[in-house]
Amino acid sequence: MTGATISFEGVGKSYAGGGKGQVTALSDVTLSVAPGEICGIIGRSGAGKSTLLRMVNGLERPSTGTVTVGGRDVGRARGAALRAIRRDVGMIFQHFNLLSSRTVHGNIALPLEIAGVPSAEIGPRVRDLIARVGLEAQADRYPAELSGGQKQRVGIARALATQPKVLLSDEATSALDPETTRTVLELLRDINRDLGLTILLITHEMAVVRDIATHMAVIDQGRIVEAGATYDIFVTPQHPTTRSFLSGVTGITLPGFIAGRLTEARPHGPAEEIVRITFAGAHATDPMLARMTAERGIAINILAGAIEEIGPRPFGNLLVAIDAARGPEARDYLNRHGLSTEVLGYVG
Amino acid sequence: MSANLIGLLVEATLQTLYMVSVSALLGTVFGLPLGVFLATSQRGELLSAPLVNKALGLVVNAARSVPFIILVVAIIPFTRALVGTSIGTDAAIVPLTIAATPFIARLVENAIREVDAGLIEAARAMGATPLQIIRKVLLREALPGIALGLTLAVVSLIGYSAMVGAVGGEGLGDLGIRYGYQRFMPDVMLAVVVILIVLVQIVQSAGEWIAARVDRRAPRNRGH
Repeated sequence: MTGATISFEGVGKSYAGGGKGQVTALSDVTLSVAPGEICGIIGRSGAGKSTLLRMVNGLERPSTGTVTVGGRDVGRARGAALRAIRRDVGMIFQHFNLLSSRTVHGNIALPLEIAGVPSAEIGPRVRDLIARVGLEAQADRYPAELSGGQKQRVGIARALATQPKVLLSDEATSALDPETTRTVLELLRDINRDLGLTILLITHEMAVVRDIATHMAVIDQGRIVEAGATYDIFVTPQHPTTRSFLSGVTGITLPGFIAGRLTEARPHGPAEEIVRITFAGAHATDPMLARMTAERGIAINILAGAIEEIGPRPFGNLLVAIDAARGPEARDYLNRHGLSTEVLGYVG
Repeated sequence: MSANLIGLLVEATLQTLYMVSVSALLGTVFGLPLGVFLATSQRGELLSAPLVNKALGLVVNAARSVPFIILVVAIIPFTRALVGTSIGTDAAIVPLTIAATPFIARLVENAIREVDAGLIEAARAMGATPLQIIRKVLLREALPGIALGLTLAVVSLIGYSAMVGAVGGEGLGDLGIRYGYQRFMPDVMLAVVVILIVLVQIVQSAGEWIAARVDRRAPRNRGH
């Protein structure tokens, strides 16, 4: 089993708003997710990410443009053709959406019953799925008797039951605590690796994207404002929305006493330049600042910083203050050594 | 109380049970699909048919607006055409069923509307047909509510069945009116009332027990 390509081409969605004309949820979205990729779409609530996700299995239809899964046009499929596509696309939900009246086993069997799989085959297949998500001891329990993390494991097993080529995740970890989130994301990563299926997930948490997604897209007010490899976007974010999401996850923001005095223009007299330095790849572990101080005699005052990993690749972020008179020279030195810099402002 | 009277009480009880169970059964046969349809046919829902939904909703409301005793008398020609007579237990089943059907339909509709919309979405995402969603998701998840609704309907039917006694329907109500009231036999009246109370208690307890057994929405202490 391998994953399928998901492709959005010029996709727009608008609703008839209550007497106020049209409400636009999405405009001109073009995005492609390659087979076997884990793509995270991040956006604030109301940004349109949920609408985008639900177009992949036809729960929503695009007003303009086309959405295809494995080359099949989802937006124009109806009836049996649409149901066939849906069996190739599993979905997991923030609130799990398990049947309270069925056990773990029964919930995972449901998509197989719906697909008309002979009942003799359902039992063994469900037992395999239960083993894959590690719920052997809970097979005969009802959802009300499970923890949130266990419920989401049932949701994942259920989504995999019909051996889909694509898995959609609708804020699947947003109702879980950080530790449970970590184990659920690990399970999703294992599944992606073992089965090769394409995973498209939406979230409002940058940490989720960082921990699992190979590729990402940032959506703001119904438009994709930035898309690409997760590492590249984390290292060189272009759009203000992306930066604001990043400042939440990298945990580095300017200390309040500096942020309050920050000016865009360089003041007269002595001043300090506040710079964000991003270290990527091999440079992340080089003692570049110490070397610059030794070679050029430029003193650097570190305000905040962190080194993180995306997959196996480390990258670092530092916020520093440099004497404004030496600022350009220092940035030039760092840029020549492969670090990117961004002047955030000046403090007089 | 003479053996003769006890025989009458037993016979009347059996007649009541017969009328109530047959009309409850028929009311469910007609009311359940009607309720499912009402719950799933508004605009944008599974079986989206807003005009039919509105029309059926009006008919159901109209039927429920008619006081039962008026309904019994008003449909006498229909009853006669259907069962050949307008008196007796078989004739009583006609108005009882007509009263029970819209009542049960509304109770079923309410129970189904209580089902979390997320479950419908999950089933659609699995590629379920509307009928599969109704059968495997809505009816099963709404079962505790439906069981309680049917309990309420049967209890109401026991009350209604006593009313048809007033127009020759036989059963406990008829016995209470003819012997207890018209022949001044308070012991018969008392016996009728006690039997009705016991019947309602049994139905209510059984209904609640069944509803609790099929309800898995809260964790349950496991006995092992």
